[in-house]
Amino acid sequence: MQNNIFYLLPHSKLPLLISILGTEKFEIIGPQSIDGSIVYEKIENVDQLPWGILDYQWPGIYRLENTDINKAFIFTNGPQALKPYLFRAQELLFEVEKKENKNNKKKLNFIPAKEEAPKLAFIGARACDLAAMAIQDKIFLADTHLDIYYRSRRENLFIIAVNCIRSSANCFCASTGDGPKVTKLYDILMTEIEENFVVQVGTDNGKRIIDQLELSHALPEHIKEADEYVEQAGLQQTKKLPDTNLRNLLFSNLNHPRWNDVAKRCLSCTNCTQVCPTCFCHSSLEQAILDGTKSGHYRVWDSCFTCGHSYIHGRVIRDDTRKRYRQWLTHKLGSWYDQFGTSGCVGCGRCITWCPVGIDITEETYAIYDNQNNDKEIIKEIIK
Amino acid sequence: MNSATKPKIAVHKFSSCDGCQLSFLNTGEDLITLSKLVDIVHFAEAGILSPNEKVDIAFIEGSMTTSEEVERIHKIRENSKYLIAIGACATAGGIQALRNFSNSNVEKWKNKIYERPETINSLPTSTPVSAHVNVDLEIWGCPPSSSQIYTTIRCYLSGVTADIPQDALCLHCKRKNIVCVLVAKGLNCMGPVTKTGCGVLCPSKDRECYNCFGPAENINCLSLGKRFQELDLSNEEISRRFLLINNSAPAFKKWGEYFKKMAHKENII
Ligand code: SF4
Ligand code: SF4
Ligand code: SF4
Ligand code: SF4
Repeated sequence: MQNNIFYLLPHSKLPLLISILGTEKFEIIGPQSIDGSIVYEKIENVDQLPWGILDYQWPGIYRLENTDINKAFIFTNGPQALKPYLFRAQELLFEVEKKENKNNKKKLNFIPAKEEAPKLAFIGARACDLAAMAIQDKIFLADTHLDIYYRSRRENLFIIAVNCIRSSANCFCASTGDGPKVTKLYDILMTEIEENFVVQVGTDNGKRIIDQLELSHALPEHIKEADEYVEQAGLQQTKKLPDTNLRNLLFSNLNHPRWNDVAKRCLSCTNCTQVCPTCFCHSSLEQAILDGTKSGHYRVWDSCFTCGHSYIHGRVIRDDTRKRYRQWLTHKLGSWYDQFGTSGCVGCGRCITWCPVGIDITEETYAIYDNQNNDKEIIKEIIK
Repeated sequence: MNSATKPKIAVHKFSSCDGCQLSFLNTGEDLITLSKLVDIVHFAEAGILSPNEKVDIAFIEGSMTTSEEVERIHKIRENSKYLIAIGACATAGGIQALRNFSNSNVEKWKNKIYERPETINSLPTSTPVSAHVNVDLEIWGCPPSSSQIYTTIRCYLSGVTADIPQDALCLHCKRKNIVCVLVAKGLNCMGPVTKTGCGVLCPSKDRECYNCFGPAENINCLSLGKRFQELDLSNEEISRRFLLINNSAPAFKKWGEYFKKMAHKENII
């Protein structure tokens, strides 16, 4: 139920929103400044929000600045947002118990993990976070291989999205078409202006919460101010991906010298894939208790930069960094289309910021775009 | 299980600080469970002595620094079905392998430091177990993780091969949602080249990693060293980051020496 009503939520009424969510038995997750970064954790009151905090991001560098600007959401993003709350970094799938029955026969009992998820209200999801969630939904909610644990968390998630009124130097969501304006998947959407938020509701649930706040409608000048901020955020972006069929570009340049060049810089450390809100690779982990009577089977985040990721029949297929980086980029911007009908990149810039050596996905892609192998035979193969 | 059918294990000490043996002992209730599952026939730190018994698994702590130790490790190999090296000393030579980098020889130091140097019988180098005998498994770390050691024993009892992760610490750091101290604070974190295993102790306490767990697989020490240069670390300091606890692990040795050479060149200029 997206409607065209714009409400005005004064800063002074934010505490009421939090307490209503509390009364509705939501666990509330929101952005906070912790350990020199914006981290999404449990919050209990609005003072915990990062008031006046600006983030500065460059390749491999992230810094916060405290200002006296009276805004809670002028930062852009931190290393993680929604992903760890839906696709857990480590998740128990089932346990196996060894039991002896009456005839002294040993038997294995398989006990699936419970599908319990708390009601979670997530404050501060950005356009890129929601675009990424839409992609993860395709992965984890597909009929053919539905993930029931993801589904129960997803169904219990209440999303209060926030439009970006600033972009970092690493954001490029405007070029991927995923931001900075939030257009979908929210219960409530807020845009911060002077002393107020302009608020829209996206679902009946969202409307029910907003109705309890008894807000007045926003005036046209409020809506205009909000629109200008968001437009401005988009215009601030300097990075972009080449405007071309990236899938065909990358697959027709599999032997491009740039792959060797990036392999000299890349640490194969996995950070880019771990912060990427669309990356979904995982491996499994078996943890038995010492006496061997019980074992837990876990799913843990993995990455195409580990050796385990391409270990098949006694051999690591992608045994060097050139092959691993190429796998990451050709999947993210290429074969992702074949798999999910969309790009795997929403332009959040996280992989650029949180790469310890500042490797920039847009720069790497342009390096290939600007100097293509133009292997006509391969291109013909791919287009077929 | 009665004693006759219980697998036998031994824990042997070589040149080391005894810390790895504590990783064995500091496990509370699990230690009691362990003693029911296996027969611990030799473990000096725990007061059990039978060094020459035939065992299923021999755990080795410490590096090889004397000729007596080299002889002893061969005997242990003969007496053991599986031989597992635990800790930085047994897997890489330990902090004491710094002597391997010295041009002046051990004989000269001995005379300077000790009152009766003739009583000291020491090899010129400190080397890992694998330099002398075949090693079935290495469990790295200073100290190694109790859980990796116990998981390995559990795997043996279940008849499966233990899988010690070789991934970079960063992977684990991100799984735990720890803010990267290198990116957010400019600290000289060794996580990108260090094997996971410690539970990401240091970054979770707002400190950079010092590489207790040795080199991860497929690492790029040159690129990380160059990043440290940009973060204003001198080549001398970078070389010391590599030549620390696991100084003689081949990858760290190579790149530690590389940055040392760079520092040396600067000094000449
Ligand atoms: S590839 Fe990089 S910029 Fe694109 S969505 Fe993933 S982390 Fe964000
Ligand atoms: S691109 Fe950067 S973050 Fe990704 S694996 Fe390479 S060094 Fe690590
Ligand atoms: S803090 Fe260290 S270990 Fe953690 S991600 Fe950063 S570089 Fe890697
Ligand atoms: S220095 Fe590194 S390997 Fe050692 S405990 Fe700290 S984080 Fe772990």
